[in-house]
Amino acid sequence: MNSENTFIIDGMPIPFEPDQTVLQAALKAGVFIPHLCFYPGLRPNGNCKLCTVIINGRHTSACTALARSGIEVENNTPVLDDKRRLLLQMLFVEGNHFCPSCEKSGNCQLQALAYDLEMMTPHFNHFFPSRKVDTSHPEAFLDLNRCVNCGLCVQASREVDKKNIFALSGRGRASHIVINTPSGKLGDSDFALSDKAASVCPVGAILPKRGSFAVPIGQRIYDKLPISSQTEFLMTRKT
Amino acid sequence: MSLVNSSAGGVLEPILERYSRNPHYLMQILRETQEHLDFIPQWAVGYLAEALALERTQVQAVIDFYAFFYDSPHGKYRILFSDNVTDRMQGNAALLSRMLSKFGLAQGQVSGDGLVSIDTTSCTGMCDQGPALLVNSYTVTRLSSQRIDQICELIKGQTPLKEWPAEFFRVEDNIRCKDVLLSTEMVNGQALKRAVELGPQGMLAEMKASNFRGRGGAGFTTGVKWEVCKNAPGEMRYVVCNADEGEPGTFKDRVLLSSFSDRIFEGMTIAGYVIGASKGLVYLRGEYRYMLEKLQATLEARRKTNLLGKDILGQKGFDFDIEIHMGAGAYVCGEETALIESLEGKPGRPRIRPPFPVTNGYLGKPTVVNNVETLAKATLIAQKGGTWYQSLGMKLSTGTKLLSVSGDCDRPGIYEYPFGVRIAQILEDCGARNAMAVQVGGAAGTCLARHEFGRKIAFEDISTSGSFMVFGNNRDMFEVARNFVHFFKHESCGFCTPCRAGTTLMCDLLDKIANGKGTDYEMNELSRLYQLLSTASHCGLGQSAGRPVNDTLQKFRPSYDRRLKQKDFVPAFDLDAALAPAREIMERDDIGAHLGTDL
Repeated sequence: MNSENTFIIDGMPIPFEPDQTVLQAALKAGVFIPHLCFYPGLRPNGNCKLCTVIINGRHTSACTALARSGIEVENNTPVLDDKRRLLLQMLFVEGNHFCPSCEKSGNCQLQALAYDLEMMTPHFNHFFPSRKVDTSHPEAFLDLNRCVNCGLCVQASREVDKKNIFALSGRGRASHIVINTPSGKLGDSDFALSDKAASVCPVGAILPKRGSFAVPIGQRIYDKLPISSQTEFLMTRKT
Repeated sequence: MSLVNSSAGGVLEPILERYSRNPHYLMQILRETQEHLDFIPQWAVGYLAEALALERTQVQAVIDFYAFFYDSPHGKYRILFSDNVTDRMQGNAALLSRMLSKFGLAQGQVSGDGLVSIDTTSCTGMCDQGPALLVNSYTVTRLSSQRIDQICELIKGQTPLKEWPAEFFRVEDNIRCKDVLLSTEMVNGQALKRAVELGPQGMLAEMKASNFRGRGGAGFTTGVKWEVCKNAPGEMRYVVCNADEGEPGTFKDRVLLSSFSDRIFEGMTIAGYVIGASKGLVYLRGEYRYMLEKLQATLEARRKTNLLGKDILGQKGFDFDIEIHMGAGAYVCGEETALIESLEGKPGRPRIRPPFPVTNGYLGKPTVVNNVETLAKATLIAQKGGTWYQSLGMKLSTGTKLLSVSGDCDRPGIYEYPFGVRIAQILEDCGARNAMAVQVGGAAGTCLARHEFGRKIAFEDISTSGSFMVFGNNRDMFEVARNFVHFFKHESCGFCTPCRAGTTLMCDLLDKIANGKGTDYEMNELSRLYQLLSTASHCGLGQSAGRPVNDTLQKFRPSYDRRLKQKDFVPAFDLDAALAPAREIMERDDIGAHLGTDL
């Protein structure tokens, strides 16, 4: 291994290729950094902040920081994991997440991270926001109660599907996904289940209709192995 | 439908034409649309989207992001009370309730006849002459009960704003202490002529020799910023003047814009000359709407005298012009990449950095973003030379700093000091006899207690964008911090998790303490949240949001402690408040329908 194209995460040398981010290089090397708003093949968003690491003494998002030779990254430390747990708790209380009745359970990255980081309770008072469920589309539900504002659907629809169906609107706590139709309904758009945007949601905000529980809970992606042991899947997952 | 569209065209077409149907002017087009229609109806959203070749959601997202845009009727008269802590100290709360009761309205409600709505907004930059309010984006200063009553009458009589007494809209400069910038005369064009004599490299050398650092707060060396931008690859370059003076308690840029605007425009032209830009953009905060026409007239006068336009001062190929973009109520746009997003007609969410604006700025082109004061002072460096300027102030903080002084003092206003001035000196000069605390640098700045009044204003010590709010002996620093944190919650853009949810959680904890339900538990929670927000947030807003709490907890702990219950924990849940919907249904509000609040 050439030391010119390696950097250090928690004392371990990690190889990287030009233009790779710290997160990409880490996952490729089998080192897990918690993340929610990153999806392979899409431009990093840097908004969930779960991948916050310390690079040469500075807090940075691993998904947007380019890997450079010789940098030292702190990742798997109790202090950082405590911050990540706090961020997860924030995400849980600012939306309406009811895992036991959620079709995404077991395939949900938010839930998987909460298990993995041993988040035992949501800790804070729930905001209980009033958010919309859009059932207008024949093939899919849009349930904003579960949305974490990661922006992946916006990006996939714009950059991969070339449809521009989703957008982020509002400000602060009122930030939310909107649909690009005069009615604001997903059913009036040309959204299709074959769209990239239909499959990138890390939580259960966009769900296909009539396929619920085809795979029983207990046999789903993160039921089998904790998310931190699935770096290869996370790096190679496609539609 | 055709009827709606033809009337739509009647209002919207001239506006669209004025901005050449360029989608980057979306903010300006929406502002003018609202000035005509009082809000931006859905048909206008569709019409503008089509005319500008934008997605409907792109137009809607901009309306939703900025506090001053409305997509539903908010009255012919839209009143927003400035709600900085200084306005509160000047008694804005009583004036707000006075006006609300005159119209029988709740805060944020629109009157049934569609005449008026009344709400609050973040600091409007009139702290030295508050309390203040905005009516349809125009500033009214020095509010009193009498003035509120007069305003209510004018609204009830549906008197057009143009016919309201001019005295209401009078904004004073209140310059109290002048140093080199405010006391040096400049004939228009004088600094620019000197820069042209020096040539772009020579002028850049003067800037670097001055060791001048940006006055917006971050303190980056201006000469270096110009040089990096000048050397960045690309054909087009831009100079942006950050006049989005949103930091609570800051108003020195307002004074420069209203009385020294030629210096600012000349500074921009010099920057353009040095870096090779032909276009300058001023991003003027929406709260300073009243200045727009006057600033545009100044620009026109400069064009007429060949200080802007083609072949400036007869220099072949020295082309530079300036346009003004208005913001619409978003503090986060003071962050330079959010500001650029906003200039491009988008919601002001800070970009991921790097790349920095000097290489990838406005429309992805190399861009210098400088504060108003920075650009004004560039003219002084051109006039008198970098070496001279370097001799003023302190080693790492050369020159002078403008401070906006407000709060508990006899002479609030603008003070210009060489860097290195001590807090105690400023307090003495402004007549603050019983100061207990000073908030330097605004809500995002530093809270200083009496034992720290020997400290200096300088990048080496207390760095500031210019806000200086004085709190007298009788003030409650807990309430000061609570005001600031609510401000951050209101202004959070919502992009990143820690700031979006964390500012709300901090407000909830502070409100719980204010309601007498706080314990040591809440104090620990506040510290934990501060640690997270200050390290994990995407931009300076989230990183600073917990500072007021952290500072006041350290220095004014008794203001928290006297509110705390001597218990391990008290739940925030309020059973009585939870019964409010039931009371509403039963149309009861008697004692029997209430539970004791302290269960």
